[in-house]
Amino acid sequence: MEAKIVTENLNAYFGDVHAVRGVNLSIPKNRITAIIGPSGCGKSTLIRCMNRMHEVVRGAKVTGKVLLDGKDIYDADTDPVMIRTKVGMVFQKPNPFPTMSIYDNAVAGLRLNGEKDWKKLDETAESSLKLAALWDEVKGNLDASGVSISGGQQQRLCIARALAVQPEVLLLDEPCSALDPIATAKIEDLLFDLKSQFTIVIVTHNMQQAARVADFTAFMYLGELIEFGDTKVIFENPVKELTEKYITGRFG
Amino acid sequence: MNTFAYRRMKNRLASFAALACVIIALIPLVYILFMVVKTGAPAISWGFLTNRTVGTGGPGEGIGNAILGTLLLVFYATLMGLPIGLLTGIYVSEYGNNKVGYTVRFFNDLLANFPSIVIGLLAYALVVNLLQFGFSLFAGSVALAIIMIPIVSNTTEEALRMVPNSLREGALALGVPRWKTVLKVILVNGKSGVITGALLSVARIAGETAPLLLTAFYSSYWSSSLSEPVASLPLTIFRNYNSPSKELLQQAWGAALVLILIVLSINIGVRLFLRNRTVKRKVVKNWKQRLSLRT
Repeated sequence: MEAKIVTENLNAYFGDVHAVRGVNLSIPKNRITAIIGPSGCGKSTLIRCMNRMHEVVRGAKVTGKVLLDGKDIYDADTDPVMIRTKVGMVFQKPNPFPTMSIYDNAVAGLRLNGEKDWKKLDETAESSLKLAALWDEVKGNLDASGVSISGGQQQRLCIARALAVQPEVLLLDEPCSALDPIATAKIEDLLFDLKSQFTIVIVTHNMQQAARVADFTAFMYLGELIEFGDTKVIFENPVKELTEKYITGRFG
Repeated sequence: MNTFAYRRMKNRLASFAALACVIIALIPLVYILFMVVKTGAPAISWGFLTNRTVGTGGPGEGIGNAILGTLLLVFYATLMGLPIGLLTGIYVSEYGNNKVGYTVRFFNDLLANFPSIVIGLLAYALVVNLLQFGFSLFAGSVALAIIMIPIVSNTTEEALRMVPNSLREGALALGVPRWKTVLKVILVNGKSGVITGALLSVARIAGETAPLLLTAFYSSYWSSSLSEPVASLPLTIFRNYNSPSKELLQQAWGAALVLILIVLSINIGVRLFLRNRTVKRKVVKNWKQRLSLRT
């Protein structure tokens, strides 16, 4: 199995708080990897280290390595802006830009970076909205505001927006926590369709969701990576006792 | 009395108290407006608006040069103060989570509450004396710009802080550089607050009197040169009110009315302009056309 992202002894801090502790993890290419664990265990911080979004928070610090295709994204000569075009991110709460239309939101990454070729923008808007399984619902309504659609649609719009810059990896930070079960199911179906083209990492609180969509699952606890492996193994036959306790709901 | 009725009574009492306070707060405002219009309106005529001040109270006199002077003072002060204030506000809000930011914020708060006469003194010492500009339009504009900077900066900072952090992160995560995120996402979303702050500061400096006494001084003539003293509406009011002549007093009220109208019309004008812009945007039309072409 080819690894897309490898973390080596990764540590992340918020000021004095040591949020991620010595994580060694390799994310397989073109697969869905879920990261589970109780609140505050460092799941979100871990994936925010993978596209250098951790450092935008004041007082945040990272040590260790994150290799993307073998190259450390924390090298001094690496531009975080470039990394973020390769490693896209979708957040917990849908955050379409409220002053932009659906169309503008879908191609925001291109337009904000100065793309002016309307033909290319049109094609990208259509293809990324189709990839995000939103096209049929909004195609007659592309100039409506990005926040005028439902929460589930907004989240898929955010996925389309992330896909429009043609990333190689898609990080999703609890993308369904604000959505109802139907919208959640749509996004899960979508992730399933996307994994042939993208490497997907999803942080989730919902263990059923991890079991449904992920090929591999990582379990984190108090900032440490406790166990990582095939989802089936993690859920049915975990090696560590802590993992089993969490999966069976005895704590967390 | 049962609890529900008691609660309802408390609720009514509180609403009534709030309403009463609103009315009390509005009384002086309405009274001032009423007085200015009632006393000032009879002074206003075409000649009053277009003739220059002479200072004798004669019939051919007006406040034309003072209107021009105030407009020029506000224009040059805005030209200098607005960009500096705006950029300071952006810096403090978006890049100011450090010692520099805290220091700037501290001095902004200090400067915003400074007595304006002291700022006039500073501009006098600096521009009039040290730089040898003398009493001049330029010196007056500098004084007003200094008053404007902390107001614009503080309101810009407030407005940008109101923009949710999720939008900042959303743009950054798309691989948009920081400065473009600030320019095209943060500023666009905080636009109305920023503009309101800029307007407030324009209204504030248009009515400043004390700093102009020491900088722009006064002139009875038409003057638009940056290096010469210039008349202004607040100073015209101040000078006329100190004179014993009834006609000049009348002119002072007329000038006050004109000053209020200028400030009000700037305010309303920009608000209308903004409202129209948010309803229809050029690009929207474009998409519709292209969409209809495609399907």
